Amino acid sequence: MTKYDARQNRRFHPVSAPDFLPLPQLRDLQLQRLKAIVQRADDRVALFRKRMADRGMTPQDVQTLEDLAKLPFTEKSDLRDTYPFGLFASPMEEIVRLHASSGTTGKPIVVAYTRQDVQVWTNVMLRSLAACGLHEGDIIQNAYGYGLFTGGLGAHYGAEALGATVIPISGGNTQRQLMVMKDFGVTAICCTPSYFLHLIDQGSEAGVSIKDLPLHTGVFGAEPWTESMRRRIEQDSGIRAYDIYGLSEIIGPGVAMECVCQAGPHIFEDYFYPEIIDSKTGAPCADGQEGELVLTTLGKQAMPMIRYRTRDITALTAQPCECGRTLRRIKRISRRADDMFIVRGINVFPSQIEAALLSVEGTLPHYQIVLTRERDLDVMEVQVEVTPEVFGDTVGALERLEEKLGKSIETTVGLRANVCLVQPRTLQRSEGKAKRVLDQRKM
Amino acid sequence: MKVKQLSLFLENKPGALSRPANLLAKAKFNILTLSIADTQRFGILRFIVSEWEKARSLLEREGFVVNVTDMVAIEVADEPGGLAKVLEALEKTPVNVEYMYGFTLRGEGKGLLAFRFSDPDAAIEVLRKKGINPVRSVELFKGAGP
Repeated sequence: MTKYDARQNRRFHPVSAPDFLPLPQLRDLQLQRLKAIVQRADDRVALFRKRMADRGMTPQDVQTLEDLAKLPFTEKSDLRDTYPFGLFASPMEEIVRLHASSGTTGKPIVVAYTRQDVQVWTNVMLRSLAACGLHEGDIIQNAYGYGLFTGGLGAHYGAEALGATVIPISGGNTQRQLMVMKDFGVTAICCTPSYFLHLIDQGSEAGVSIKDLPLHTGVFGAEPWTESMRRRIEQDSGIRAYDIYGLSEIIGPGVAMECVCQAGPHIFEDYFYPEIIDSKTGAPCADGQEGELVLTTLGKQAMPMIRYRTRDITALTAQPCECGRTLRRIKRISRRADDMFIVRGINVFPSQIEAALLSVEGTLPHYQIVLTRERDLDVMEVQVEVTPEVFGDTVGALERLEEKLGKSIETTVGLRANVCLVQPRTLQRSEGKAKRVLDQRKM
Repeated sequence: MKVKQLSLFLENKPGALSRPANLLAKAKFNILTLSIADTQRFGILRFIVSEWEKARSLLEREGFVVNVTDMVAIEVADEPGGLAKVLEALEKTPVNVEYMYGFTLRGEGKGLLAFRFSDPDAAIEVLRKKGINPVRSVELFKGAGP
């Protein structure tokens, strides 16, 4: 059957209008919003005010968009150091929602939204879905996890605002996902790309060929993927696969989204101002040059983020896109500037695993995280070297230890891990320092 | 009354057993008993040698995690009911058998049972009251090599 193809659809969705602002007006709007957000952060966030004062700066020093480069960076560690609410710029009476994401230690980082922030988020998610040709009448299966993770609710609000029919199925339970997709005539799905590959695979085993279903669009994000994965998805399921980008610290999904040209996600620049810097020196990179993405939220009240270092390595291009949007595009996120990795859409830092192991036993310093993909699903194995202190001669004691370590990891990271005890001195060490993550996933 | 047993942590993969076995063979340790407890992912090699301190430091030098356990060895007639008699003696006492295994001494026609009790001293006391005497290490290694 011939599937719906958004590229053939000439309907222009009115919510996409801000995507096409003429550049002078877009830059004016950005500057206006930048001045306001810097003022707000300086008025209300102690850490930011102190850093400005240390540089002898006041919000009045921001007179052009180029002045942004003089402002201090915000780091993930700032969220950790001020846990849980230290960077909030709104009183709790005005905050209507909290979400949380992986921190680098045992504690998560917390993000907040005022009513207006939720509206901004809804707006950028709405524009994301419209950008890949979805509209009312579409039936959207939202398989991002609902909960503290921003993926589920972010996509949900956007899809509802679009007027589409939302199925809030959340993550997991593959058989039910396939049943719903088929029986409800789902036309679009939101999930991680690897999970969709898993759905294709499980579907063909259960006699459900996604190629023959009405499903025509996939909005895929929350983990890195490649062009070859996109080709595989499109060939095996007959849908068109789009890349969406976002992170909780900035707002959640909807920071950037591909249009029907599939030429890299457009950043919704009226709300998120992008810079690319050399992650070592902090110096700005030229158009098209690879570096670390730094984002400034231009319209966020509860938690303004000024020059937030995402640690995502990409390149920014102002080259016009065939779709006519004036919004700049980023390349696929190729790698990270830190040791974070993503498992089933969830951000994980090795230091979190370490904290989880240490909370059970203070004597397990040697571990390695091995990532594999079994039937397109990520599997995380944590290998831990046995020490005399924990070796208790009975099988039961060792099994209980494995179980306790597994539970502690699940509590800290929010992900199940297979804990595997190994003999001492068997884990790889490079230059005296253990290699913590062995990523054997093929993408 | 108690006999020292060494336990080694082993990964459950081909060749895991041969390394400690070769080490002990090269150093001419005579292994009196040996058993393996295993799961899908790992195993525990348990064995009794006479010079357990030397065997232990050798294995630890080679990077193994070694645990020393007090075992109680009991001689039983090599005939039906030998084990049942011992267990019967421990019934209605708080002493728990964590694990056990049996072996025979070559050429002596005797059966020996090695027990790991939750509380070896309490177990020994109970057994002696019932007239069951655990074997001493010296007797166990009589005639055996180092």
